[in-house]
Amino acid sequence: MAEDSFKLSKNLLRMKFMQRGLDAETKKQLDEDEKRIISDEHWHLDLPELKSKENRIVEEKSFGPCEELLFGRLSFRGFNPEVEKLMALMNPKDEVEEDVSQMQTDVTDEEMALRYESLVGTMKKKFAKKRERRGMDEDDQNLLESNTKRVFLKPRD
Amino acid sequence: MFSSLKEKIGEVLLPGDEFVFESEDTIFLTDNVKPERPVCGPGLRQSGNRLVVSKSGVLRHKPPHTFWMDSQQWRYVPAKAETVIGIVTSKSGDIFKVDVGGSEQASLSYLAFEGATKRNRPNVQVGDLVFAQFTVANKDMEPELVCIDGSGRANGMGVFGGGGLLLKVSLGLVRRLLAPQSDIRSDLEQLFPCELVVGMNGRIWVRASTIQQTLIISNLLQSCDTLTAPQRREQFRKLQKGGL
Repeated sequence: MAEDSFKLSKNLLRMKFMQRGLDAETKKQLDEDEKRIISDEHWHLDLPELKSKENRIVEEKSFGPCEELLFGRLSFRGFNPEVEKLMALMNPKDEVEEDVSQMQTDVTDEEMALRYESLVGTMKKKFAKKRERRGMDEDDQNLLESNTKRVFLKPRD
Repeated sequence: MFSSLKEKIGEVLLPGDEFVFESEDTIFLTDNVKPERPVCGPGLRQSGNRLVVSKSGVLRHKPPHTFWMDSQQWRYVPAKAETVIGIVTSKSGDIFKVDVGGSEQASLSYLAFEGATKRNRPNVQVGDLVFAQFTVANKDMEPELVCIDGSGRANGMGVFGGGGLLLKVSLGLVRRLLAPQSDIRSDLEQLFPCELVVGMNGRIWVRASTIQQTLIISNLLQSCDTLTAPQRREQFRKLQKGGL
């Protein structure tokens, strides 16, 4: 059987069920072989001079990026409000930015916390079963009652 | 090479002037210093291992490595990613043929509008004005226009028009109008409310609230080509005093 493993074809080795048994090395070998086959089929231009020149210069045929020209639609004194919005959007933003003010919250954080405390309790009561609910109510009543303890009263003569 | 280029900033150069790549540049590649790639703008070309001037004009520079020739011309040559005003000349099948003032007409697909699908065709007629940008613009292929950006939004491009006037001006005036700090634009702002669409192909479309104001602005813009700055300011002042 050991001899047979040398004779297994490459296609068979490439199948998924064979990949698990293979070592990492043989896997690498297979990958490299595949890559070599692909790169042989690709056509290259063997011109080293061209390659060295490729990275030299970037050619820019348009004036726009060179002179930092603005967007082509302009509107003055609010003649066309949509175009004014576009002008603000498309033109590069100025460096001086306004301070990002904190968002005005309608409800402050503390109020939210208080709300949540009571909310959780009421929702819990809503979904509790009847017996549990009775138990919850009794707890409240017991508190009131325990404050007024019955004390023995001496009978008056 | 940068040093020789930087020496000539602001000077008038003629086609045929060269800047040679010195061998010092290649040494930088072996160090871990990032090689600076010069960006050559319009008017400069790479030919072999030299940088050649192809248009006569003044050499301009923008830090860090951008150089270009500032020249004046009236004839527009399509360049990629430039926004232009085109006039629709014909509709054939799925594309519109648009005249942009170049050597041949550009094609604009009907799907290249915001929200256009095969069922929902854009409302574009022959003779409409479109504000579009080039996706393909080289000397070997027919130029192609689109009215949307990469993410499918119109961003102000598309059909416009109705009630305005289309002018042809020089390309230099268009660049002066759209420069970040522009005197002409600030002067125009003082006059009266108006709207302009400026195409890089030398076409400007003007609209103001009355026909008279539209005509005034169009005459002003066309004369700005030939007026010097003080003369232009004089003209604007006269108009403002005229109280139109």
